Amino acid sequence: MSTFLGMPAAPPRSPFGTGNLRGDRTFPEAAHGELRNDQLRHNLGRATRTIRTKRLNVTGELPDWERLRDAGSAVKTDTMNRLPELLEQLEQKVTERGGTVHWARDGVEANEIVTRLIRATGSSDVIKVKSMATQEIGLNEHLEAAGITPYETDLAELIVQLADDKPSHILVPAIHRNRDEIRQIFLDEIPGVDPDLDNVPAHLAAAARAYLREKFMTARVAVSGANFGIAETGTLAVVESEGNGRMCLTLPDTLITVMGIEKVLPRYQDLEVFLQLLPRSSTGERMNPYTSMWTGVTPGDGPQDFHLILLDNGRTAALADTIGREALNCIRCSACLNVCPVYERAGGHAYGSTYPGPIGAVLTPQLAGMHAAKNDPNSSLPYASSLCGACFDACPVKIDIPSMLVELRHQHTEQSGTTVEKLAMKAAAGVMGKPKLFTAAQKAASLGRVVGGRDGTISRLPAPLSGWSDSRDTAAPPKQSFRSWLASAEGAETMRAAADEGARLTAETPEEDQ
Amino acid sequence: MRIGLFATCLGDTLFPEVVKSTAVLLARLGHDVVFPPDQTCCGQMHVNTGYQREPVPLVRNFAEQFGDSSIDAVVMPSGSCVGSVRHQHEIVAERYGDAALRAGVATVKAKTYELSELLVDVLGVTRVGAYFPHRVTYHPTCHSLRMLRVGDKPLKLLRAVEDIDLVELPEADSCCGFGGTFAVKNAETSTAMLQDKMRNISGTKADVCSAGDSSCLMHIGGGLSRIRSGTRTLHLAQILGSTRTAPYALMEAAR
Ligand code: SF4
Repeated sequence: MSTFLGMPAAPPRSPFGTGNLRGDRTFPEAAHGELRNDQLRHNLGRATRTIRTKRLNVTGELPDWERLRDAGSAVKTDTMNRLPELLEQLEQKVTERGGTVHWARDGVEANEIVTRLIRATGSSDVIKVKSMATQEIGLNEHLEAAGITPYETDLAELIVQLADDKPSHILVPAIHRNRDEIRQIFLDEIPGVDPDLDNVPAHLAAAARAYLREKFMTARVAVSGANFGIAETGTLAVVESEGNGRMCLTLPDTLITVMGIEKVLPRYQDLEVFLQLLPRSSTGERMNPYTSMWTGVTPGDGPQDFHLILLDNGRTAALADTIGREALNCIRCSACLNVCPVYERAGGHAYGSTYPGPIGAVLTPQLAGMHAAKNDPNSSLPYASSLCGACFDACPVKIDIPSMLVELRHQHTEQSGTTVEKLAMKAAAGVMGKPKLFTAAQKAASLGRVVGGRDGTISRLPAPLSGWSDSRDTAAPPKQSFRSWLASAEGAETMRAAADEGARLTAETPEEDQ
Repeated sequence: MRIGLFATCLGDTLFPEVVKSTAVLLARLGHDVVFPPDQTCCGQMHVNTGYQREPVPLVRNFAEQFGDSSIDAVVMPSGSCVGSVRHQHEIVAERYGDAALRAGVATVKAKTYELSELLVDVLGVTRVGAYFPHRVTYHPTCHSLRMLRVGDKPLKLLRAVEDIDLVELPEADSCCGFGGTFAVKNAETSTAMLQDKMRNISGTKADVCSAGDSSCLMHIGGGLSRIRSGTRTLHLAQILGSTRTAPYALMEAAR
């Protein structure tokens, strides 16, 4: 027994998540290579521009779009405020309807549960619907190591899987590939594919379809994610475009769904809001082609064995942060990626996580932490933004990503102890907090004129400013600051003349001309 | 109206002409311009880089300098500094300040305006008597556009300038890539963004690219100067401050 000493200890923090939530390089290091990938920049630029326009068209046509966003935000905030009770309600409803619910603390546990469930069916193949949660926990790699072959059935996801590659976009995982590359991947990796396959998109899709049909017809187990889980009824929902999801969710005997705990929604009616917000924000369509919903097990119809795995993997840790928890409201529409100027240039791989783009920059550090080691790559993510705010405007649930980035930067500097940067910031604030020192520093800056070239510009600056001066000239400081001009005779005279002119004009000008 | 002028640390030190133009313009419109002499910096760079304890004295100083009730409005020729005063000072005060600071911050925040907001919304003028016979394109800057929602106020002001040839900037609303320390920490990504912005600017064949924020202009202008594009940058205040009697002497930019 310990003695109470007056200061209660901080409650133990929920553990961070495991899996594909940390890159091996910092963002600037990873972006360095990606920025030189012309194919990537070209594809990304074109694709994000197209989808931005489509999205603006279909969101602009709804008179109540802003109110829908408010509703989405309110429902999600309410959900996070009472997440435990909603999850228990979901568990109860799914169980009542013949499903089995499992709770997974982290990726390791979730992977083990899925593997065990698949083994129990005696099958060594599973078909998969595109799912962020299973990518996050690295399920495919885990299954392969356990001798089970996962087959991705979403076209882009299939391309990524066949090429042994990593997705670079939440919604368009193979956005970094072109048709010729895809053709080659298919020729190399799809058994029995027509050797004369050309690069016409319809032909490529047909080749993938022929390959996948066979899997759909023979696989006995499917693994899916979920876009929404309804606490009130126990209903799960998956929205998709290709119909592969519908196949996976209906044909096999056993269905295993891995759902992040933040995907729960209180009421069935809440879908009314989200099924409008999601497709319009994500693909720029009024409706997505396929919406599949199922509730437990229906005898004689669809999978007869249904398992729901509720995945924490760092979400409780994020929920504990009063500011950061807003990131859990994300519905993974990818609108913020498509409007992000940083993502558009650096691409998804630079973020090193399953979750790229603006939402990745705030979600990843919260799920997996950003101080696992010195120079943790995740600690560079909150800085991978110019804070331009385009993500906040685009987000269908109004997540204030720029403010969260600033908050995470603050958490990072608080954690980092004494750094050169912190000392510089302290020194700068010390000078600027004292007007006299500030004025003296300005005088010193104007002495900096001597470093300017003959045209008054500086073209080379030392580190850490060399990255700046690699592509920008800097004007040498002026002779005189504004305040010393204002205090000078010339300043006083100029201001007096302007005031006189003002008085004259005010007297002359009729009101309506103003 | 008695208007408190906040020069911003960048404007005061590196771009005094911008602040002069702002001061002269407001005086010419018949207003009483006051410059609290002990003002320094709003602390934006600190907060945006992740430092919230260090700028407490800056936030306090700002509130003290401009809190005086004889000052009816506070103006600054920088959208991002207004953004800092409106959105960040209360975060800092809430977390690391005392009750007095929180009150002071709230008072000043309510009367702080970016230049185009002050002119159009508060003073009700769009025609300020400016004359600028050059081709101009306007970059709206992210903080003015999305944080302050100044909308087309700067364009309204520019359209009313005599003899101006105002041309639209393609993809105007996309970020120029500055972002404060972002341009240093992620210099390469920032440069990639800047290149696209410069391509759009050059395409307009404008003599001048204008904006309401010296920091973004420093970045864009630095890039344009490096590639000798023939377009130079000029703050909105300098265009509005140019008149027939005292026209802005536009030097041709290097090509
Ligand atoms: S943060 Fe918002 S915009 Fe980005 S993916 Fe999530 S819901 Fe969509």
